[in-house]
Amino acid sequence: MASKTPLFAEHQRLGARIVPFGGWDMPLHYGSQLVEHHAVRRAAGVFDVSHMRPLDLDGDDAESFLRRLLANDIARLSDPGQALYGCLLNDAGGVLDDLIVYRRGPNRYRLVVNAATADQDEAWIRARAAGHAVAIDRRDDLAMLAIQGPTGRELASPILPADLRAAAAGLAPFRSAEDGGWFVARTGYTGEDGYEIMIPSDDAVALWRALLAAGAQPCGLGARDTLRLEAGMNLYGQDMDETTTPLESGLAWTLAWEPANRAFIGRSALEAQRAAPTGRRQVGLLLCGPGVLRPHQVVLNRGEPIGEVTSGGFSPTLERSIALARVTGDAGRNASLAVEIRGRQIPVRCVRPPFVRHGQSRIDLSDS
Amino acid sequence: MNELPADLRYTKSHEWVRDHGDGTLTVGITDHAQEALGDLVYVELPSAGKRVEAGETCAVVESVKAASDIYSPLAGEVIDANAVLGDAPETVNQDPYGAGWIFKLRIADRAALDALLDAPAYTQTLADEA
Repeated sequence: MASKTPLFAEHQRLGARIVPFGGWDMPLHYGSQLVEHHAVRRAAGVFDVSHMRPLDLDGDDAESFLRRLLANDIARLSDPGQALYGCLLNDAGGVLDDLIVYRRGPNRYRLVVNAATADQDEAWIRARAAGHAVAIDRRDDLAMLAIQGPTGRELASPILPADLRAAAAGLAPFRSAEDGGWFVARTGYTGEDGYEIMIPSDDAVALWRALLAAGAQPCGLGARDTLRLEAGMNLYGQDMDETTTPLESGLAWTLAWEPANRAFIGRSALEAQRAAPTGRRQVGLLLCGPGVLRPHQVVLNRGEPIGEVTSGGFSPTLERSIALARVTGDAGRNASLAVEIRGRQIPVRCVRPPFVRHGQSRIDLSDS
Repeated sequence: MNELPADLRYTKSHEWVRDHGDGTLTVGITDHAQEALGDLVYVELPSAGKRVEAGETCAVVESVKAASDIYSPLAGEVIDANAVLGDAPETVNQDPYGAGWIFKLRIADRAALDALLDAPAYTQTLADEA
């Protein structure tokens, strides 16, 4: 039986198409995924992301424990409210999950992990926390909304509790503020400005309705996926999983190698792989012929398979098909790359993600 | 759901068929199908002259979500495809029974039309799926 967020009845009332996702019944779209996508690029959209799971870690050992647990280094979080994206790795350097960690205060942190992996993550973290002075609180009592888009913060501001409004308005990117059980972060998964707001479940319907009344477009998981793909952001389980390392998944930038004596889980395996690379790496692709790139399509260089698409789809902003792919070795010169679509080799060009940021194309579409 | 055009025939795989009475048919996908697929972003059309069997893949529609095969409802020869969909695949979403038609077919055996569903039978198919 799939879980339902506190906003499930709201989605039904709006006529959403509901799909199972990570053990939850979630809205895919409310009529048109393209309309929802463009609303976020051009104005503001709101997403119910209450399936994402906050885990609060508190205690005298919280900082030292997280410095061991995560491949990125939370010692980089000097200010209260600061956020960091990173990976939870297994001993082999495989990615168990990607997450955001917020520093709430000295030895007080909040992790937000993916829905499908939340149970496994929690068990993994609890097992490794044994013997450390750190309490782990799974926050099933919280709902989470993401208001995203160029007008999103301005639209949300008057709706926030008065005591939180000024602090939220002053947030720099990747910073958060909280008050009275409400937690507002200037983070997101769309490549646009905006807030992610965690609130007690009982407050979710009122906040959702207020954001819609203020003009935010309700957006489903469909638009969330095309927006994050355009933004060049990985999706766990698709672009990386336990069988791939951050080095093979375009996530090398999330690895904090310094200080060299920080023995995070997976470090020794990653150091070995850094010294003797597997040759597998993530690239961005732009389709230069008919069709749509989809996960698991084979990427070829001069007719030889070199990898496969991990995330692919139609970019509503570029009106082109784009993808993230994992390939082995030199992806070759642009002229020789192709993807096999229904038995035909269609040319693609290797590009560096992101494809789109803040409503603007970030890649050259001219020669293809 | 909008009501089904009574003058069309249907398939269990959610194509509709308009019989022109002269051995030619127009084929598209039903309103139910376009709604289930979501916004279409690409249509791969068959070439005129292509010979197809009943139930053979004849076109592909791709939505923001996924690719989906369109099957030929009957055996025959493709005589035309809707070129408008090359630049405007969303026409299928906007007008599935009209401007969003996909291909035209010449059939050899008009009696085969009897194997297709009428509107009440297709309505029952949809009810059985739900």
